[in-house]
Amino acid sequence: MKKQLITSMLSAALCLAPQVEASPVKVGMITTLSGGGSGLGVDVRDGFMLAVNNANNSDLEVIIEDDGRKPSLAVQIADKMIQKDKVDILTGIIWSNLAMAVVPSSVNQGILYLSPNAGPSAFAGKNCNKNYFNVAWQNDNLHEAMGSYANGEGHNNSFILAPNYPAGKDALTGYKRFYQGQLSGELYTKLGQTDYAAEIAQIRASGADSVFFFLPGGMGISFMKQYSQAGMTIPLMGPAFSFDQGILQAVGKSALGVRNSSQWNKDLDNAANKTFVADFQSAYGRLPSLYASQGYDTANLILSAMQSTDINDKDAFRAAIKSAQFESVRGDFRFGNNQHPIQDIYVREVVMQGDVLTNKIIGVALKDHQDAYAADCAL
Amino acid sequence: MGAILLLEQCLNGLQLGIMLFLMAAGLTLIFGVMGLINLAHGSLYMIGAFACAAVASWTGSFTLGLVASVVCAAAAGALIEIGVMRRLYQRDHLDQVLATFALILISSEAMRWLFGSYPLYLDVPEVFYGAINLFGVLQYSRYRLFIIVLGLLTALGIYLLINKTRIGMRIRAGAADRQMTAALGINISLIFTLVFALGAALAGFAGALVGSIQSVDIGMGEPVLILAFVVVVIGGIGSIRGALVGAIIVGMVDTLGRGYLPQLLQLILDPVFANTLGAALASIAIYLLMIMILIFKPKGLFPAYG
Repeated sequence: MKKQLITSMLSAALCLAPQVEASPVKVGMITTLSGGGSGLGVDVRDGFMLAVNNANNSDLEVIIEDDGRKPSLAVQIADKMIQKDKVDILTGIIWSNLAMAVVPSSVNQGILYLSPNAGPSAFAGKNCNKNYFNVAWQNDNLHEAMGSYANGEGHNNSFILAPNYPAGKDALTGYKRFYQGQLSGELYTKLGQTDYAAEIAQIRASGADSVFFFLPGGMGISFMKQYSQAGMTIPLMGPAFSFDQGILQAVGKSALGVRNSSQWNKDLDNAANKTFVADFQSAYGRLPSLYASQGYDTANLILSAMQSTDINDKDAFRAAIKSAQFESVRGDFRFGNNQHPIQDIYVREVVMQGDVLTNKIIGVALKDHQDAYAADCAL
Repeated sequence: MGAILLLEQCLNGLQLGIMLFLMAAGLTLIFGVMGLINLAHGSLYMIGAFACAAVASWTGSFTLGLVASVVCAAAAGALIEIGVMRRLYQRDHLDQVLATFALILISSEAMRWLFGSYPLYLDVPEVFYGAINLFGVLQYSRYRLFIIVLGLLTALGIYLLINKTRIGMRIRAGAADRQMTAALGINISLIFTLVFALGAALAGFAGALVGSIQSVDIGMGEPVLILAFVVVVIGGIGSIRGALVGAIIVGMVDTLGRGYLPQLLQLILDPVFANTLGAALASIAIYLLMIMILIFKPKGLFPAYG
């Protein structure tokens, strides 16, 4: 098991500045750093640690462990971090199924959980918890934005597809919640499927005017390559997950021109984002991704609460987190009653800048958007 | 329109089947000749794809990438056979499963260490972009047609190698009776290394061909490995002909199932329910097929060599 122990070092400058004695905060990060899909975890970690290192706050200690994308392993690590390492806060999980396994028991033990990615609907509605915060989005949000965007574009005959698992069903539900046109087809594919010839043939025959797809990771890469290699020209739309900075280079020019929805992009015009993009590039030598931005925001949120309150006063600390007094790289950011974000969701287009594929914001899909489950939450 | 779509789906099924054959051929040879369960076969597929992606991006030549995939996978296969597998022939299947499973983890992490956590870029050459007009009515992806042709040629090559050459005769003899073959003075351990490298090369070749239309990613081999095992079991363990027939059946059933099951069910069921049930059934169709075949032919369609 790879274990990294990062302690911010006391610098001489800090010793000179007299400060109020605060209790140290211990954060446990459980994320995917090996095997398939590890790019996402690496980005969340790198974004998080960039903010931690920039803040240089000696009261914050971060322990990082790799879950290998296995729910059982994630549960073991969480137990260890809570019982042995005595962490105050857990964070880092990428996948909804791992979050479902870890979060409920952790928050019931009084541990704060700040999600930098997964946002299953189960935690947003009537099972919301005062110790659970989502700093990224509720799973449905980006799909809803794309449905709303399709209306504006005059698409009224969409073909939609997603893998046959809970997040895939959430995705198509989210799209349909806002999309007003007809569907020329609705398809659930096998999770982990890599060949989409049969689906592409159906899309070609369906007479659709647009295609919405949610196929995270390698599935999306396969789909887009095969779609463009088959000579298909019907416009593609999807959530940001298949057009992330890390994945785009693997898709290649097949992704050019595709519209996708995201709550963040590197060209967002605000001071915090400019600093983040520049610092990330100089620290790691690559462009930051959506996931890195979420990790960075999560760390800054924790740091902001540490400045105004003490971790030992749990209620005050929670209130400080919920007030979200930090400079988000997304610009405006606040929490709704269910402790999920209320934020703008943008539409991006995949473009070529120099010889690097990347995204450019072309408009706002949903302004100040809150998830559909907030009303069911009693908080 | 309906007939054209059906024809297109049949070609898609054939193409998937051909790819599965390249994977299954190596697996069935190794299984049949050496009695070895090789879970790491999917890793060799992955190694082929990574080698092709890396060489294609260094040199800009997809052809060189394909050559590299075959060479690297064969070399990795030979290395694995000499370094690890030799010690396992006498052990029971559980030890082999354990060791080859460890090889999956080791090679996945090695690829991550060498190439990073993100999927690699590998695209088909410009010539194969777009669709070609077949029979005047059907637009079909050029690259998929190329895969079908190349795969059929490879199948023919393997057939000739196994059935018409001296080395093929020895491989067949080794599969039929290992001890007897060794007793006749044939260097069986050389044959084993050769077969393993051949199987690995086929897997690597398949990985490179498919990698350019899918994602070159860590862990890309495991889903294909499962399908290849289904093919091997359906076709009959150790039989190349069985692997070919089994692969095409599996490719067809999988593709046509995904394409038509939901629509067929809509004729008799409520559309929403039919859609859900159709998607679920389509994803297990090949396993149902495998069960049916095993009920009536427990040794597979073409039981090999007695």
